[in-house]
Amino acid sequence: MKQKRIGLTGAHAAALAMKQINPDVVAAYPITPQTPIMERFAEYVANGKVDTELIRVESEHSAMSACIGSSAAGARTMTATSANGLALMTEIVYIAPSYRLPIVMNLVNRALSGPINIHCDHSDAMLVRDSGWVMLFSENAQEVYDNNFIALRTAEDSRVLLPVMINQDGFITSHSLETLEVGEDKEMHEFVGEYNPRYSLLDTDNPHTLGPLDLYDYYFEHKRQQAEAMMHADRVIREYMKQYSELVNRPIDVVEPYRLDDAEFVYVAMNSTAGTLRVVVDMLRDKGVRAGLLKIRLYRPFPWRDVKSLLGDKHKIVVLDRALSPGATGGALYQDVRSSLYGLSTPIVAGYVYGLGGREFTEEQGLRIYEELRDLDDNEPFQRFMGVRE
Amino acid sequence: MIEIIIHGRGGEGAKTAAFMLAEAAILEGLYAQAFPEYGPERSGAPVRAFVRISDKPIYTHSPITNPDIVVVINPTLIDRKENYDGLKDKGVVILNTDKPINLGFDEWILDATRISLDTLGRPITNIPMMGALIRATSIVKPESFEEVIKTHLAGKGEETVHKNIEAFKRSIQEVKHV
Amino acid sequence: MSNEKGWKELPIGGRILNPGNSKEFKTGDWRSKKPVVDKSKCTGCLLCRLYCPENAIHIDKDGKISIDYDHCKGCGICSSVCPVKAIKMEEEK
Repeated sequence: MKQKRIGLTGAHAAALAMKQINPDVVAAYPITPQTPIMERFAEYVANGKVDTELIRVESEHSAMSACIGSSAAGARTMTATSANGLALMTEIVYIAPSYRLPIVMNLVNRALSGPINIHCDHSDAMLVRDSGWVMLFSENAQEVYDNNFIALRTAEDSRVLLPVMINQDGFITSHSLETLEVGEDKEMHEFVGEYNPRYSLLDTDNPHTLGPLDLYDYYFEHKRQQAEAMMHADRVIREYMKQYSELVNRPIDVVEPYRLDDAEFVYVAMNSTAGTLRVVVDMLRDKGVRAGLLKIRLYRPFPWRDVKSLLGDKHKIVVLDRALSPGATGGALYQDVRSSLYGLSTPIVAGYVYGLGGREFTEEQGLRIYEELRDLDDNEPFQRFMGVRE
Repeated sequence: MIEIIIHGRGGEGAKTAAFMLAEAAILEGLYAQAFPEYGPERSGAPVRAFVRISDKPIYTHSPITNPDIVVVINPTLIDRKENYDGLKDKGVVILNTDKPINLGFDEWILDATRISLDTLGRPITNIPMMGALIRATSIVKPESFEEVIKTHLAGKGEETVHKNIEAFKRSIQEVKHV
Repeated sequence: MSNEKGWKELPIGGRILNPGNSKEFKTGDWRSKKPVVDKSKCTGCLLCRLYCPENAIHIDKDGKISIDYDHCKGCGICSSVCPVKAIKMEEEK
């Protein structure tokens, strides 16, 4: 497929993907740092570049509610938000997967207050970790763009029918211009195709009820179905990643190993930090340290088999969380990685919390993590911090 | 990889200059990254914008601390010593000034304020300073940057595009190596 | 509960694919008091039918009303609004 190499911010990459998908309905409310996605998409609507019905609502709670109504009606539906906006819509965020509605949302990761902060961390994503959305993370603008197409196909697949959330780091990715390859509108739209909803409330020939009271006699069964759909998503998203990867001729997978084969010291991270850690791995390799990296691109469903097979024989693993789980046995990603490796010949798995509220993560910090852990030989789930002033 | 920091005052177009330079590099088939300082946006306060340009994909997302090039687009910021912190040994400094100065770096100077007043009628020095940068470092071809000026300012009319290209070309001619 | 369908057979997302099936749910057994109509007093004004939250008031051929005891929950609103006191609430036996 013909592609063009251009420069876009992560936010504008999301908006371009949304334009090429040309959804039936977008309902959203502006919030920093999601704003440039909606600004750019509103321009596309105003200039007639898309056929989308853009619903300007009065809050994020309404945004997700409108998305649920439109998706239940059988319309291809997208939205975007950040942090406190996501917190306000959380009640409805849980309803989307429960009703099995394939909504796609771009989440521009920002710290949840307080104290009030507009900069990047992953506390917003972790708030809705167990809501039942499929969650993708994006290292850069390219992955933001690609993830949107993969997300939509996965969400709408009749084996899945779950909403999908595409994460990108607030400001670091959303407001930075980066080099990426994009396809032509027509061909990218062809990849997602026309949407034929399995259920539509507007299908008067097959009327049905959605959203009735669901008590102890059925609720558990519906939740069990959701768990099953999430397991299907693990398989289905790989199919679309492969298909998309062949289309754009770039390797794409649920996890991405970097210099991992003979690595003894392995970093695990998500979003933009994974890019910085590639450079750190190269710097350590130049010094003769066998360092490697595993980037997690698909966070829910968590690809534990991949983590287990890629990291099971490693000596020391350090997992970086950009969100604090106070009082827990380490950050959320740390717990997932550590659980995936449980019972193996006990590699040492250490965890760091870093970059809260937009605190920068530098190559120097990446190197310092190696220095701090070089001689570590216990495996306590001790929460370490990088980049905080003592 | 070349790393650049642009210093200006909020509202003067340091971020726009950074984005335009990165886009010019991408037009030439290079890889680039551009990002503003993510602080509260305050008109008139000192702000920074960052650019990375490379012939290989750029992976890092850390801020730039050891630039190859420092550009100061506002003359009132030239005296701030912290602008030049971390500048590499053979680093280049490009200053907007109407006085001959020597700070002890490999310096290029341009009276970008006068050029922008002459051509645009307003002291918008970001595009002239990119002209100076391109002349001093050949980091991208002038034609590539002119292409970006055209696409960026297309919505503001042909006259604006023309005046900015004139300012850009004059800057390339008038910049001086100290 | 063990006779109900398992998660593999149920429609997803809590959907009900056969609309109107609330008729199958006989709510009449929730009742502790039942409305009894005195046909000699009923004028067929149908105010009770407008107020009934369960749509359990039927219109007979003579234009007067009778109660659908399969679905009437015994709330007593019909008795309360009847302008001619034609509906009495009696203890369920």
